Amino acid sequence: MSVDGLMAYITAICAFFAVAITIAVIYFFFKYRRKHPGEVGVPIHGDMRLETAWIVVPLLLALTMFGWGAVVYVDYRRAPMDTLDIYVIGKQWMWKIQQPTGLREINELHVPVGRNVKLILASEDVIHDFSVPAFRVKMDVVPGHYNTMWFRPTKAGRYHFFCQQYCGTNHALMGGWVTVMEPMEYAAWLSGSSEATANPVLAGEKLFSEKACNTCHLSNGTGRAPSLNGVYGANVLLADGSAVTADDAYLRESILNPQAKIVAGYAPLMPSFQGQLTEEQIIDLTSYIKSLQSQPVPTKGAGVAPATGKK
Amino acid sequence: MPREHYLNATYGLRSWLLTTDHKRIALLYLASVTFFFFIGGAFATMIRIHLLSPKGLLVTPETYNKLFTMHGVAMIFFFLIPSIPAVLGNFLLPIMIGAKDLAFPKINLLSWYIYLIGGCFVLYSFSTGGLDTGWTFYTPLSSVYSNSAVTPAVLGVFINGFSSILTGLNFIVTVHTMRAPGMTWFRLPLFVWAQYATSIIFILGTPVIAITLLLAGLERMFHLGFFNPALGGDPILFQHLFWFYSHPAVYIMILPAMGVISEIIPTFARKPIFGYSFIAGSSIAIAVIGFFVWAHHMFLTGESTYAALTFSLLSYLVAIPSAVKVFNWTSTLYKGSISYDTPMLYALGFIGLFLIGGLTGLFLACLGLDIHLHDTYFVIAHFHYIMVGGAVMGYVGGLHYWWPKITGKLYPEFLARIAAIILFLGFNLTFFPQFILGYLGMPRRYASYPPEFQVLNVMSTAGASILALGYLLPMIYLTWSMRYGEVAGPNPWPGTGLEWRTPSPPPTENFEVTPEVTWEPYDYDNRPDLGLDVSGAPALAHGDD
Amino acid sequence: MHRTGELYEQYRTLEQQRETASLGMWIFLSTEVLFFGGLFMTYTLNRSTYPDVFSEASKTIKLWPGALNTVVLIASSLTMALSVWASQVGKKKLLPIFLIATLILGTVFLGIKAYEYHDKYVEHHIPGWNFNFEPGADAATNAHAQLFFSLYFGMTGLHALHMIVGAGLLLWLLKESLRGRFTPEYNTPVENIGLYWHFVDIVWIFLFPLLYLIDRH
Repeated sequence: MSVDGLMAYITAICAFFAVAITIAVIYFFFKYRRKHPGEVGVPIHGDMRLETAWIVVPLLLALTMFGWGAVVYVDYRRAPMDTLDIYVIGKQWMWKIQQPTGLREINELHVPVGRNVKLILASEDVIHDFSVPAFRVKMDVVPGHYNTMWFRPTKAGRYHFFCQQYCGTNHALMGGWVTVMEPMEYAAWLSGSSEATANPVLAGEKLFSEKACNTCHLSNGTGRAPSLNGVYGANVLLADGSAVTADDAYLRESILNPQAKIVAGYAPLMPSFQGQLTEEQIIDLTSYIKSLQSQPVPTKGAGVAPATGKK
Repeated sequence: MPREHYLNATYGLRSWLLTTDHKRIALLYLASVTFFFFIGGAFATMIRIHLLSPKGLLVTPETYNKLFTMHGVAMIFFFLIPSIPAVLGNFLLPIMIGAKDLAFPKINLLSWYIYLIGGCFVLYSFSTGGLDTGWTFYTPLSSVYSNSAVTPAVLGVFINGFSSILTGLNFIVTVHTMRAPGMTWFRLPLFVWAQYATSIIFILGTPVIAITLLLAGLERMFHLGFFNPALGGDPILFQHLFWFYSHPAVYIMILPAMGVISEIIPTFARKPIFGYSFIAGSSIAIAVIGFFVWAHHMFLTGESTYAALTFSLLSYLVAIPSAVKVFNWTSTLYKGSISYDTPMLYALGFIGLFLIGGLTGLFLACLGLDIHLHDTYFVIAHFHYIMVGGAVMGYVGGLHYWWPKITGKLYPEFLARIAAIILFLGFNLTFFPQFILGYLGMPRRYASYPPEFQVLNVMSTAGASILALGYLLPMIYLTWSMRYGEVAGPNPWPGTGLEWRTPSPPPTENFEVTPEVTWEPYDYDNRPDLGLDVSGAPALAHGDD
Repeated sequence: MHRTGELYEQYRTLEQQRETASLGMWIFLSTEVLFFGGLFMTYTLNRSTYPDVFSEASKTIKLWPGALNTVVLIASSLTMALSVWASQVGKKKLLPIFLIATLILGTVFLGIKAYEYHDKYVEHHIPGWNFNFEPGADAATNAHAQLFFSLYFGMTGLHALHMIVGAGLLLWLLKESLRGRFTPEYNTPVENIGLYWHFVDIVWIFLFPLLYLIDRH
């Protein structure tokens, strides 16, 4: 993995300087030991060329370390477009993982080889961190907003994952296993699981009417709130003139803090559901709204930028 | 030994507890920081014993979490941060610049009492339920979910902060206005430059953690929402505010130690320090740049990629002045006349261990590597190399170096050298395996761990037992020497600073007559008063500051 | 440390002592900037996250006490500056008068502050104490409004605390000035406490618009 290459590079440079300086120190220590009690050393006050050299050379080396690390990191923070999205909810002291089909796992994560996997991380209480050392990846799980991380498994097998941000009493027990399977096996596992799985889309649809979302967000666009058909992933025009992509984070924010971004042409009427929904319920609602992606978008009352419009 | 000096000038408990003499205050601090070192050390001992077994050998997870938290709080806030500034800095700063005392002696005493009061609150927290939030107090764990005695602890650290602020204020003003005639800025000992740079961080950084912990404490007490997302707050805001101080705090811990090394090496190589103005300038550079790197502790919180790139770059920049210092110290050894006295052994041990600690910081500053190494034992190894292998060795080395001046007695040299070597070996055995543990993925703050990590943990604990011996020995023989040690004389090494021109121990007013300084620092070649063989030294080599 | 006349033992000259005291006060004030700065930063960040609730909450704070207090404080800085002047030119009779005027104005400020706090108490706007922003407010609005008021009380409370300390210092100055201690040769405490007082005033000059004047036209 590129992280290991980077590790080797930095280790090599650091080892070189560590060894060189240690040898110099030990060598001088013995070579220049005091020969008689009154002896003094040779008064050398400094050397501009040396000072310049050992400022410039380490600086240049540092910049290369920075540069390579930056490239790896930027790539890590930008998930590719075609990812298998899996929701991960951390809470004291367990992990609840939800596959795209709604299949839920506890402290286990099954993924297929060769696919880009994106984890959407949410916390129900304190800050956690989902970490898979074998993949060289981790990301904090912060209550109050989503974080995402991605990786691409290359070899089947079982790999440890840990909670890597101290979160209280059983922090050390909050781990589990990532199982990487061949794609066929993964598909089979996904569909063949005998556990009763609550389909998140259905659960979300139920919540949507229970919480009366459907009284304003009429699908035909004639309600007090924009229709949510086709909104997931689309560009939304806001009242202040800016536009935003309607991703998971946007949907979550709109549910918990609707005043933050008002859709153009609509009044700020939506109440906040802060404190009324668990992270899992938000994920259910989001799954339901995602399922409306393919529904027909009304020409008026959608809040989504028209297909032929400019950004 | 002089007949009257600062230790025997007045007698009685009141003359110590109400003293305004910076030298006595330094000893008051010595006693209290040593006390907290024992407390933090006791917790560390229990941690290492517990980690001998993958399932945890000694305590429950709740207790383990309290152990590492209290170890951190005690060591960082009540030992490391005050150690060199409040003990060695207080004692030496006025003498090194030729003054009778600090600018504000009563405020100096107040600083000690504030430290004690803060310490009392923290000890109260430790003994009534303990503290299990991590020394970093991340919210909402600390402000909402923890069931431990968070509020008194946070209050204690808050109060203790004012001790730092007042000490920093005192030092800065002293260096500006209390220097003896002829003591220009570039004749100041590098220890003074180091204290000055540290004091800048004291005064500008500490107020921020004070207000941050105050807010976190208020949040906990009154269920407010600054950092609690359920009430509209932002836990990441806490981290920004916390690290804005706590990163510069690590420079508070290392800069004074670097100052000590910059004093020891010229003395035991008997030549001027190589690159004086570069070392002085590096101290200031570290203090300043150190304020702009805090969010490298937050690369994986979901902060913006642009922020991460900026902080990573700046973190590499702050490494450069430290590298400059290491190169300059090494060059000072070249063509020196080197003796193997204990302080020199500590100084060389410092160079080696700080080198490893500092270089491993480059791994963590690297964004791509931090993804893997963040919150693993690699981080723990990195900061212990710097704080223990660096700062504590600088502190203990400094104590040895100035022990004759402070007490008028010499410590037993042979035993001291053995102890220094034991310390060095014990330290490496304790912490080097942790780099490997971290790379293999062992998370930090874990009360139990997967069995494949056991061998390295056992090695680390074995090292810790040797390290403990390395610390106990000086505590015993230094104390012993106060009564039974050989009389030291004013300048046993000899050193070139003003502190070596007063009796050992010094009189209360430091100097009978205010000194007038006409010589450059570490100028062994032009100090016939030191009684050395100056005529034998070869001609001045080329090269200039 | 003992003193001979006004010269403390650790200093060589009165001039050195004066310089030292002055530098000390400036550095102390810079630490105060950082201290309040953390609070101001928190406020600014939260205000940009919840602009509407913050604006609404701010409007529930009566404007006239805050405005009056601003005038009172500025006047007190004037009387403080006059005290310093009086000590510099040796007007030993005027000095206590100006100090008393400053004290009175400072007390008026604190009194008005107490009235404002009482108002907030009545309206259930004190966080942690039966807080309820307005009847029918939903949980989110209440939480965000509580954030505003936490910061309001935190910032004005910290400021008021500094004023109370300042009042204490002024009382000490008054006592010493009545003994005739301050002369043109030695008036360092008057100058430095004056600096402190001006600083506390400046903090209020920032607090007032930030807390009271959001979105008011």
